[in-house]
Amino acid sequence: MKKEHDQGKYKYGMVIDLDKCTGCGTCMVACAAENNVSVRPDESDKQRSISWMQVYKADNGKEFPEAETVYFPRPCMHCEQDGRGGHAPSCVSVCVATATTLDKNTGIVSQIYTRCIGCRYCQAACPYKARYFNWWDAYFPVDKGLERYLSPEVSPRMRGVIEKCSFCHHRLMRARTKAYADGRRKIKENEYITACAEACPAQAITFGDLNNPKHKVAQLIKSKNAFRILERLNTKPKVYYLSSRDWVRKIADNPVDEFSPISG
Amino acid sequence: MKNSAEKPSSIVVAAFPALGRYVSKGGWLCFLAGFVGALFLGWYVFPKLLYSSQPQPFNFSHKVHLEEADDPEDVESCLNCHAFRDDGTFVGIPRLDKCKECHEDPESPLGDSDDEATFLTNYMAEKKEVPWLSYSRQPDCVYFSHAAHVKMGEIECKTCHGPHGGSEVLPLYRENRISGYPIGIWGERISGLKTNTWDRMKMDDCAECHTEKGHEENNACFVCHK
Repeated sequence: MKKEHDQGKYKYGMVIDLDKCTGCGTCMVACAAENNVSVRPDESDKQRSISWMQVYKADNGKEFPEAETVYFPRPCMHCEQDGRGGHAPSCVSVCVATATTLDKNTGIVSQIYTRCIGCRYCQAACPYKARYFNWWDAYFPVDKGLERYLSPEVSPRMRGVIEKCSFCHHRLMRARTKAYADGRRKIKENEYITACAEACPAQAITFGDLNNPKHKVAQLIKSKNAFRILERLNTKPKVYYLSSRDWVRKIADNPVDEFSPISG
Repeated sequence: MKNSAEKPSSIVVAAFPALGRYVSKGGWLCFLAGFVGALFLGWYVFPKLLYSSQPQPFNFSHKVHLEEADDPEDVESCLNCHAFRDDGTFVGIPRLDKCKECHEDPESPLGDSDDEATFLTNYMAEKKEVPWLSYSRQPDCVYFSHAAHVKMGEIECKTCHGPHGGSEVLPLYRENRISGYPIGIWGERISGLKTNTWDRMKMDDCAECHTEKGHEENNACFVCHK
């Protein structure tokens, strides 16, 4: 007998309130710690360092007292399409090894390290620069205690593969396992949130199911202040931003007077 | 060359008339011997060399421990020791604390085998975890939720692990020298054939079952990979 399965109706997404974000970088640190992101002996070499969650800084280019700054935390956007009529994000459609796919049941774009052949097509295809290539094997300084903090829930990456934000997919699996043990098929809103959302001291990051009108994210994206980065590419990212400042929405390539408010 | 060409093997000539000119009877036998030898090497010697084997720290009899159970293959019987934690994660091979529930007193008359004496003196008395070797450990990149399969899917333990609730001896632990995976993952048979559901634990076997049970959505990459 086929049981009703609680899948196929989720679209996990994130809303980041840029008016709350202070640019402290806690999300980057929490993400790296959660996902066993390797470090380089020289982490100041930003051409080579890996950061699934990256905070970008922008300003309005004006002098004091009008000067204003905004920080854009940028995880993987988990796009829904490539913007050219395809039904998979551009990184997925270019992958020659089927190492990255869009899961229609969760809306999460997966990245399978053991399947990746390291051609870096996806890295080139991603308009958000969310994908990183491992030029070296994972490195965790010995005798500094870092290896003790590695999470067994995320596999470390080997040299020659691409890695990127997974919306902390292991946390979804953890929440599901807990729900199954309790005899539930559904997980609650707060049971699955990403590490960055949990760590953000300003509570600027909200995470949840965009398809569920009861979830906070689904309500937040209806705001007139909601927008997505490079929305004109029509890749339908699942990471939304909020800002009441016009110039912020403008530099995200989504001027309000040119585009209608987000419909979802 | 002329002599060999005059005595072609009748089988080869029958099968491949054009080859008859080149293959003599002796050459055909040489080929056959080499072919059988290569098969022997590839199908028998190579798998023997590929897997190392080592005994467990001491023998454990599932049969003795499940003597009072009505059905030693029943899920509930297994769950007594191979238990779930409160958050739904699976204990796997039980740790010393579990054994302690019955074996705490070294003088307790719980049996008199050498293996039990080893356990009580070397491990229980010294409060040292037994370094069991896991027959079913998946590679690092694999995520598996026992709760999803046992509690939600209502799949029996033996469907994947085979029936060994009544086993008296632990088999040798055999590990692939190249990958470091136990032999249970790729299966005993190098031919890849399987007769039982528990013969192999490869990705295709997981996907096969998901599809059979109508859960194709669980064949998405991130469901099992991490």
